[in-house]
Amino acid sequence: MVAPGHRLCTGCGAGVIIRQMLMSTDYPIVVSNATGCVEVCTSVYPYTAWRVPWIHNGFENAAATISGVEAAYKSMKRRGDLPARKNDKPIKFIALGGDGGTYDIGLQSLSGALERGHDFLYICYDNGAYMNTGIQRSSASPFGANTTTSPAGVMIQGKQEERKDLTAIAAAHNIPYVATASPGYYMDFTRKVSKALEAKGPAFINVLSVCPLGWKSEPEESQVLARLGVETCFWPLFEIENGKFRLTFRPNVKKPVVEYLKRQGRFGHLFKAGNEHMLAHIQQRVDEEWGRLLEREKK
Amino acid sequence: MLDVVTAPPETRVAPRAAMRSAKALTGNIAVAQAIRQINPHVCAAYPITPTTQIMQEVAQFVADGLMETELVPCESEHSAMSACVGASAAGARVITATSANGLALMWEVLYIASGLRLPVVMAVGNRALSGPLNIHCDHSDSMGARDSGWIQIYAETAQEAYDNILQAVRIAEHPDVLLPVMTCMDGFLTTHTSENVELLGDAEARDFVGAYHARYSLLDVDNPITYGPNDLPDSYTEHKYQQVLAMQNAARVICEIDKEFGERFGRSYGMIDTYCMEDAETAIVVLSSTAGIVKEMVDTLRAEGRKVGLLRPRVFRPFPAQELVDALKGLRAVAVMDRALSFGAEGGPLFTEVQSALRNAECGAPKVVSRVFGLGGRAVARDEIREIYDELDSDRPVKFRLVGVRE
Ligand SMILES: Cc1ncc(C[n+]2csc(CCOP(=O)(O)OP(=O)(O)O)c2C)c(N)n1
Repeated sequence: MVAPGHRLCTGCGAGVIIRQMLMSTDYPIVVSNATGCVEVCTSVYPYTAWRVPWIHNGFENAAATISGVEAAYKSMKRRGDLPARKNDKPIKFIALGGDGGTYDIGLQSLSGALERGHDFLYICYDNGAYMNTGIQRSSASPFGANTTTSPAGVMIQGKQEERKDLTAIAAAHNIPYVATASPGYYMDFTRKVSKALEAKGPAFINVLSVCPLGWKSEPEESQVLARLGVETCFWPLFEIENGKFRLTFRPNVKKPVVEYLKRQGRFGHLFKAGNEHMLAHIQQRVDEEWGRLLEREKK
Repeated sequence: MLDVVTAPPETRVAPRAAMRSAKALTGNIAVAQAIRQINPHVCAAYPITPTTQIMQEVAQFVADGLMETELVPCESEHSAMSACVGASAAGARVITATSANGLALMWEVLYIASGLRLPVVMAVGNRALSGPLNIHCDHSDSMGARDSGWIQIYAETAQEAYDNILQAVRIAEHPDVLLPVMTCMDGFLTTHTSENVELLGDAEARDFVGAYHARYSLLDVDNPITYGPNDLPDSYTEHKYQQVLAMQNAARVICEIDKEFGERFGRSYGMIDTYCMEDAETAIVVLSSTAGIVKEMVDTLRAEGRKVGLLRPRVFRPFPAQELVDALKGLRAVAVMDRALSFGAEGGPLFTEVQSALRNAECGAPKVVSRVFGLGGRAVARDEIREIYDELDSDRPVKFRLVGVRE
């Protein structure tokens, strides 16, 4: 559904995510893609990597755009105005955006579309920064990350703020399906996409997306990192189906978060003498959050 | 194909002439009636004075089962226009409405709509842009969007606003055009003022707009299409050139559709409207509802024996340069009344266009001056219009003046 020969970097997590996303379903899919790496790398005119109908409108409006497409579908279907086609499987709609286009500039558009109840799935590929414009911080950038607008310097050691909990914000819209995922656990991810597409109404999946360029990690380690994020509980896998919370993966042994951090140059400064407290802080936050999720599942 | 929906009782009468009804309607209500008759697939919108009423009416029509439109009541105008783009790329017929700050918030997406060649139709109730905040009429909003690649049609009356929407759908969707259309009317002065409006019968209105079959649809899943790619320097200019050609074609198509409208329903407007221009020596050029009071002053001055006239461009994009030159050449002096400023320019945006068009007039280009008036709803007095005509008779009228300003 997405052709090889797109121009994403070697080891880019987002390329894997879109392949897995489209492999997850037999429904005809229409994709609305926010401005960002995936958009610019898959659609260089006159070529396209997309073998499904695809639209790029702007940076902040992938959700609003898909709500228009979905509204058109409903209206044209009702009136018998849809283009003729071979089978009559329902068409499903996916909006796709990076963390910048979703957590930040596109948050309002996302919230509006979720609240209006359009039947669509929003997939955020979260690589933790504005990668396309050169690794600027976003509200998804993790605490301590060295980005070009939250650089590690003599006085300040990378991003000083915590990540926004976008998945919780999406869930607060009380939509039928919300989940986190990682392409490192692809059975989990593809199952979640299929489920989300079956949900009646809006669904949201936040997917960890490794970016070797922005994370300063080795391209061949991308899948390793996609798994380590989950195994350290830095990126726990769960779903919230009609309000019911469930962890979809519990590591047998919860690995220390430094296993994940040390493979990424963006956290390199945290391993310097004097910054031990920052590493400890990150581990503490991960532990607290994991504890909360375990508690939540018991309820 | 658009299905026929149940018409409201008063328009369900059979004979053609009887299907039409003249009523006292505001511009907003008249436009809402046109949208009901068009029965578009999707309306995505966000409220803003003075056009809020249009989508309220449409929502009520939908709630009452008089339309089959899918409403997308968005959380902002940016999203509203974005949803219009999505719906139009899906092959739907799409209509929206906005004003002022709403239009400004859409600005980014206006260019995307025209660049992707999506025939969205939008009713604009012209209103001043903030700040300071002002909800009343001027043209700063749509003039700010003049280079966005949208066709712009300005209505003098509520009747014309109604007719323009019906025509706009045909213009936008014409295969030689495929550009979005903004139909503008003056905020409050037209949107909220009751005038006599003759509505077409539902069936004839629907027959005029016809069915829409988009050439490329995102919902044509067997033939996937990529909309809005990453366009590099090697092809972007060519895509813009296609828009240039489409805008040129629009001039022809606007006239054809207006003519057909006239033949079928007895009203047509052309690219420009002229009043007493045949032997005029001086003239005022002005858009929209202000033409009404200028026409009255023309009558008054004509009664006094003065050879004055009025020219109202109905279409601003594409700009009817040739029509203007033909009508204005040989005149002694012309005042262009702009309801918008272009700070730092020689005059208002309409003025600079008119002046530029007249530069090309082979002979007898009149002297042209700029008069900016009516900002933020400031009423323009009859005497102020008389004064402008008087100034045109003086040897050296000042080039630029803000009418009625307290300095
Ligand atoms: C309105 C607007 N503001 C800014 C930009 C510039 N811009 C393009 S892509 C991008 C960053 C995208 O970041 P993200 O959504 O995280 O996706 P990624 O690049 O990481 O794939 C920015 C800031 C833009 N295209 N539009």
